[in-house]
Amino acid sequence: MNQWLNQHIQPLRMVLGRMRQNLLGTVLMCCVMGVTLSLPAILFTIVDNLGQVAGGIESKPQLSLFLKLDASSSAKEAITEQLKKHPDIAKYEFVSKESAWEQMQQNANTADISASLNKNPLPDAYFVTPKDIQPKSVQRLQKEMQQWDGVELAQVDSNWIQRLDTVLKLGKKAIFVLVALLGFALVAVIGNTIRLQIMTQLEEIEVSKLIGATNQFIRRPFLYAGTLYGLGGGLAAWLIVLAVVQLFNTSVTEIADLYASQFRLSMPNAPITISMLLSAVALGWLGAFVAVNRSLAKIKKL
Amino acid sequence: MIKFDRVSKRYPGSFDAIKNTSFEIEQGDLVFVTGTSGAGKSTLLKLIAGLERPTSGTVLINNQNVSQLKAAAIPYLRRNFGLIFQDHKLLYDRNCYDNVALPLHINGVLGDEAAKRIRAALDKVGLLSKEKSMPITLSGGEQQRLAIARAVVSRPSILIADEPTGNLDEDYATDILDFLYAFQQVGVTVIIASHELPHNIPDNIKNVVKVLHLQHGELTA
Repeated sequence: MNQWLNQHIQPLRMVLGRMRQNLLGTVLMCCVMGVTLSLPAILFTIVDNLGQVAGGIESKPQLSLFLKLDASSSAKEAITEQLKKHPDIAKYEFVSKESAWEQMQQNANTADISASLNKNPLPDAYFVTPKDIQPKSVQRLQKEMQQWDGVELAQVDSNWIQRLDTVLKLGKKAIFVLVALLGFALVAVIGNTIRLQIMTQLEEIEVSKLIGATNQFIRRPFLYAGTLYGLGGGLAAWLIVLAVVQLFNTSVTEIADLYASQFRLSMPNAPITISMLLSAVALGWLGAFVAVNRSLAKIKKL
Repeated sequence: MIKFDRVSKRYPGSFDAIKNTSFEIEQGDLVFVTGTSGAGKSTLLKLIAGLERPTSGTVLINNQNVSQLKAAAIPYLRRNFGLIFQDHKLLYDRNCYDNVALPLHINGVLGDEAAKRIRAALDKVGLLSKEKSMPITLSGGEQQRLAIARAVVSRPSILIADEPTGNLDEDYATDILDFLYAFQQVGVTVIIASHELPHNIPDNIKNVVKVLHLQHGELTA
């Protein structure tokens, strides 16, 4: 147990010593990783926050049901009956064309328009609140109502939210692609750095192998180096994201205040932070593993 | 302890470096492998130390057939040997102490136990006062002694030295050989490759010396 622990503490100490000796290079390496990792993290924070904004509004979508101008009163009664009985509808409100017309005339903004019209152009309308607010079921309801007799137009008031939702989904996909590409780049960068370190320590590796070092022994310090670069990069990325969100928030606050909103970009939460750090560490380890295995294969003859 | 049975070694695209060689080395032997340059001394030592596998024949080390060992087992076989290389193979990016520490680290010996053994090994070769010096600041003889310290620090049962006195003047060479004889005296098997048998072997050693003389890769009596 003690020996096992020693076998890990010793290379770790050695690597930390080497990193301290070459502090500037280590810091730069961590910065490169940090910047690379922070790009998708910042994008994710923004998309995630926008999603939350959209989610807040999405909770009360409404359907507007405009009837045909010549809809008969029997058709109206049938629709009222159907709305009453429909299992998916939470509540509905009927606004007759007369009351809508009155409202329009009373409203200062629209009074001018109504004055220039010589007859009421407004249809009878129902405003329906569905029980299930999932975009899919709302859409199904809308399609169903469109088929009803006497209905001119069934309109979902939250169409723009759906569009935003689609755009956000696209954004998330873009982040995924970005993460995959940048992750690959990071593995390559770390792999190359570790490969250069291996080159400078080729003599040590050769001598170690000659006097009985196992491949694990040779791999260990490089794997620790890669992992530590990853950890440093992850922490750097986290700090960058915090700084950027803070910076954005000063502007976001101004905009939100104009809309009398309390909206602020939220800092990355614990799961996001942890997964960012873990993926950075994993990428670092992977890069080192690939590099050291390739180099070991080259000097296998020893 | 070490047994060669009709061993040949051929490097790709080359003649046989070692041809049909059979011999046996017992625990505690002092063996000189002699021969001119290119006679196959280094190859023979590499075969003994498990650094090369034979092309044909069997090499038994502690009753283990080297040809049949898995790659993962080779490092553990090598730990039986203390190797002193022709070109020292010291690491010039670290001081004497850390050079000697390397085999112990490979064996997983660390801390006080390691420090004690490193200092003992340095003391044995007279370099204790230079433990913090970098190898590049040492003389040729001192570097060779440092290499010996590194070879013996993990207390191997077999010590192998490839031309340990090659580039040294007479006095230094005698010095180095005396160190190696001393290890044979305490029961370590010592195998030394050398151009020719040293002419000033002490009398008490002379009777135990075994000689393997190589000519064009073949043993001659």
